[in-house]
Amino acid sequence: MLSDYQQTLLLLTGINVLLGWSAWLPLATGQLSLGNAGFMAVGAYLASLLSVQQHWPLAAALVAGAMASGLLGVIVGFPALRLHGIYLALATLGFGEIVRTFFLNFEPTGGPMGMRGMSGTTLPMVWAWVAAAGLALMALRHSRLGLSFDAVHDDEVAAELSGLGVTAVKVGAFGAGAALAGLGGGLYAHHILFIEPSTFGFLESITMVLFVLLGGMRTFWGTLIGALIFTILPDLLRFLHDWRGAFFGALLVALLIVRPSGLLPRETLRLPLRVLAGSGGRGR
Amino acid sequence: MLPQQIVNGLMLGASYALVGVAFTLILGIFDLLNIAIGEVFMLGAFFALVLVTRGVPLAAALPVAMILSGVVSVLIERFAFRPLRAASPVVPLLSSIGCSMMLQDVAVNIWGSERTQFPPSIRVASFPLGPILVSSVQLVILGTAVGLMLLLHLLIQHTRLGRGMRAVAESPETASLLGVEAGRVMVATFFVSGALAGAAGVLVALTFSIISPFIGIEIGLKGVAAMVVGGAGHVYGSMLAGPLLGIAEVLSVAYLGAAYRDAVVYGLLILVLLARPSGLLGAPERPRL
Repeated sequence: MLSDYQQTLLLLTGINVLLGWSAWLPLATGQLSLGNAGFMAVGAYLASLLSVQQHWPLAAALVAGAMASGLLGVIVGFPALRLHGIYLALATLGFGEIVRTFFLNFEPTGGPMGMRGMSGTTLPMVWAWVAAAGLALMALRHSRLGLSFDAVHDDEVAAELSGLGVTAVKVGAFGAGAALAGLGGGLYAHHILFIEPSTFGFLESITMVLFVLLGGMRTFWGTLIGALIFTILPDLLRFLHDWRGAFFGALLVALLIVRPSGLLPRETLRLPLRVLAGSGGRGR
Repeated sequence: MLPQQIVNGLMLGASYALVGVAFTLILGIFDLLNIAIGEVFMLGAFFALVLVTRGVPLAAALPVAMILSGVVSVLIERFAFRPLRAASPVVPLLSSIGCSMMLQDVAVNIWGSERTQFPPSIRVASFPLGPILVSSVQLVILGTAVGLMLLLHLLIQHTRLGRGMRAVAESPETASLLGVEAGRVMVATFFVSGALAGAAGVLVALTFSIISPFIGIEIGLKGVAAMVVGGAGHVYGSMLAGPLLGIAEVLSVAYLGAAYRDAVVYGLLILVLLARPSGLLGAPERPRL
């Protein structure tokens, strides 16, 4: 039904959705991370080590990679709490670069030569993980915790004054995002079959944020659309040959100008709900 | 050996400082992070390459490359920043990344993705200074960097434009009440920032004699590190932190191995952010110009 090539695109879309959500989680609490490629690298390398050298089953290796990244995320998240906005983004950027340099020097995973021997990622497997993560995020959105994400995002001080554990919310969101990045990294490594430190550079971190932004920062559904567009579009633009990147960059700028809150801002999603609830248009 | 390393680090750091200043001007005055400065830096190197290859002497190629880089920077302001003035600061940060992608791709299409040799444009000579050997190239680099920073100092402290910059940095509302045209200050600041980044591009091309369209990200991130270590938004902080990072990098290559050079720089970045977020020179409360 689907050609191999289309299947690959869909599979990469799924991985990119997970990576996009890994950037969305901290963003939902007002934290911009530009270092998620670092967490992705930890998940990718650890899962690969376990599956190739220790012969762990893939699922177990993926979970271990995600958990290790999540733990690292919590450890990084605590000191990062001191920083806000652009400064947090810069610190996470530094973190990502340090992880990359670490793997460049870490001989057990091949150093600059990279690592191979992984295999086993399938299309249904990726989308099963996406579905699981999506369900978890949906449950989160409709829980008290989801509301506290909003509260911390909108006004940290007010949230703190209302008795919310701002520290726990922010560190938790950061760690959960890191775990998702690790999971995405593990899946990616076992799909692409070869990883090297430069796979997990600054651009990869940026790309994850762009998925979120393209889709709309305040709803995780947007990330799904953002990741889909970002994965398929470069392929559709192949007729532009060498000018793809330039066009892509221009498109991004244009999109931000036309829709600074993404293709799918939360208001768009809420509108049908409000109409259904009979309160459509009130206050707007 | 050690004094020689420090001199080499200073040369590298001079370029980091210029890129750091380019970042910090925009951040200090407008609270915006313009990631595309890395690409303006790269274009500066290529502008100079084109001119020098055509036989233009370096002394003329440098100012022309700076002006062209400044113009590119103003265009970035026009298309990626001005329309987004009302959005949260993260949005222009991302649109500047869009500009980065665009400019890098344009450079790849014009000059190819291979590394290009920068033609020798200065008569190479070495001067022994005690135990150290300083080359004519290094003297030109250091002289240019110091000269540009002095000019910037004069611009900020003693001109009408500089007063406008400081006023907007202090408070955009008050500045506009007092008759400072923030839009004009913004265009001028982007021009100065771009020109400095372009000059750094020319200096790095002289340092390594090899350039490629992909040097923008690497040196750009180093410039960001110099900005943060010196105190984000603090121009003189970047001037100080650039050489420090350059020296730290050269020393770590000499004593730890080449693979650790980036780890040391970014380690310093994180250490400063956590221990003293306002940077070396920034005031603890308001890191400003």
